[in-house]
Amino acid sequence: MGSQANRYKSGVMPYAQMGYWDADYLPKDTDIIALFRISPQDGVDPIEAAAAVAGESSTATWTVVWTDRLTACENYRAKAYRVDPVPGAPGQYFSYIAYDLALFEEGSIANLTASIIGNVFGFKPLKALRLEDMRIPVAYLKTFQGPPTGIVVERERLDKFGRPLLGATTKPKLGLSSKNYGRVVYEALRGGLDFVKDDENINSQPFMHWRDRFLYCMEAVNKASAATGEVKGHYLNVTAATMEDMYERADFAKQLGSCIVMIDLVIGYTAIQSMAKWARRNDMILHLHRAGHGTYTRQKTHGVSFRVIAKWMRMAGVDHIHAGTVVGKLEGDPNVIKGIYSICRDSFTKQNLEQGVFFDQDWAGLRKLMPVASGGIHAGQMHQLITYLGEDVVLQFGGGTIGHPDGIQAGATANRVALEVMIKARNEGRDIWNEGPQILADAARWCSPLRAALDTWKDVTFNYQSTDTADFVPTATTA
Amino acid sequence: MKITQGTFSFLPELTDAEIRAQIDYALALGWAIGVEYTDDPHPRNSYWEMWGNPMFDLRDAAGAMTEVTACRKAHPQTYIRVNAFDAALGFETTRLSFIVNRPTIEPGFQLKRHEVGGRQIQYTIESYATQAPEGQRYI
Repeated sequence: MGSQANRYKSGVMPYAQMGYWDADYLPKDTDIIALFRISPQDGVDPIEAAAAVAGESSTATWTVVWTDRLTACENYRAKAYRVDPVPGAPGQYFSYIAYDLALFEEGSIANLTASIIGNVFGFKPLKALRLEDMRIPVAYLKTFQGPPTGIVVERERLDKFGRPLLGATTKPKLGLSSKNYGRVVYEALRGGLDFVKDDENINSQPFMHWRDRFLYCMEAVNKASAATGEVKGHYLNVTAATMEDMYERADFAKQLGSCIVMIDLVIGYTAIQSMAKWARRNDMILHLHRAGHGTYTRQKTHGVSFRVIAKWMRMAGVDHIHAGTVVGKLEGDPNVIKGIYSICRDSFTKQNLEQGVFFDQDWAGLRKLMPVASGGIHAGQMHQLITYLGEDVVLQFGGGTIGHPDGIQAGATANRVALEVMIKARNEGRDIWNEGPQILADAARWCSPLRAALDTWKDVTFNYQSTDTADFVPTATTA
Repeated sequence: MKITQGTFSFLPELTDAEIRAQIDYALALGWAIGVEYTDDPHPRNSYWEMWGNPMFDLRDAAGAMTEVTACRKAHPQTYIRVNAFDAALGFETTRLSFIVNRPTIEPGFQLKRHEVGGRQIQYTIESYATQAPEGQRYI
């Protein structure tokens, strides 16, 4: 008991000695594990820094408090149990921290994140801190609803199988009147797209109020559906200032017969979970635009990686999430994007360090989240998109539809033909990665909209270095 | 009009060799082939008539092609589709579905607008073909 008395003597003590570091700790199956990339200030021991992160994201404060002794405090302390130098990045360390399940409220992303990223990111002894990945125990996952619809049911409702879905964001993103806006929606759906989408900042501005937009968009959706015999949809963005406003807009969308509504990430985790429950209750597909994420996901040393955001969103319960294109205009390293897509779509995600996935993750039957690839992609990249992203994805060609020289319908048709011809070729066993350009050129001989699209955008690429890349490279084996 | 349901409706009609190649693909993945037909192509007509059960034990595309041919012969003026069903955990759903037969004339759909209050319109999509009784459509 002498040591206990010393432990709780008033004053300041290193976090590692306060019980937030335990090299021998074996995480329980029910523990939440967080992997942080820590960059300690010069002279700060990485183990002490890891212990400090564990402490500040669980029970600790800067000094010893005797009131710990009123609790089973060993149980509530998060435990850093492993610290590895980041390969090729001096001064950075991966630290593994385990949290007992009792620290968290069931089914609440807000509570989970208030602990894990609540205080600790501004902590002075660290230069920078990044949450790289988390292992969510099955016991905790089962307290979350997950996607209201999921990939399988979405496809069954839409009656669309065997190929990526096709979408586009209405452009220009701001300024169109409702009637003109609905025109763009109709032309794109009529020409062959499955979905058209409001942009993240289309809410209810002076040039276009939300009710008016919803009415014209549903005319466009139904007219296109009758003209093609297909189920069509438009993501009506219900993002608004208050939950009451969002519920009002979502209810109106439902009343008009829309199959899908949309929200932005900036509405916050609690609002997202509320909308997820609303969507499950109302048979609605819920699209999430990840507006704002680049502020904290892009830089490698500080923030929260998008793979963690994707995990939280699958738990919170959305059906679509923008998750990167690899080839388009926005950030996206091929390996990192593959890791994120696995998190969205797998029943069981295997650890894959080259893709930035640090933990096996059993998804415990939580429905699958459809990734959306959007931003600077066009028909000429179809073979690359299918190779990188696979089949369960929404490919969104906004500029690549609306900017077509022969009009929006032609743009949509070009994308749909390029998609179908590439899926057909892939299924026939052809090597689309290498033969893709030829497959498209052959189809362009009978499809003039595709020919015009290929001529217009053939040289457009966005070859910039990614900032968010994996830290592990494949090890060459000497076999 | 041309109904564009199914995975390959924007392409020229598939030849039998091309259909067979898609069936080979599905069988190689362990999916079961089913043939379905309908004279009611409404986009939300979930249940087309089954031309027999899905062929769970079939391993050769020739068998599926025999069923496609037989269904075409029995129901030439209908829509016929080939579905591939995946029973794997996490899917348990259709993975591929494409049209392999169409009626000669596709009359398309009427969009009915029922105007209600507040500028709202309730929409109904109705196939012109289904305005005739069953068995007398597409003849």
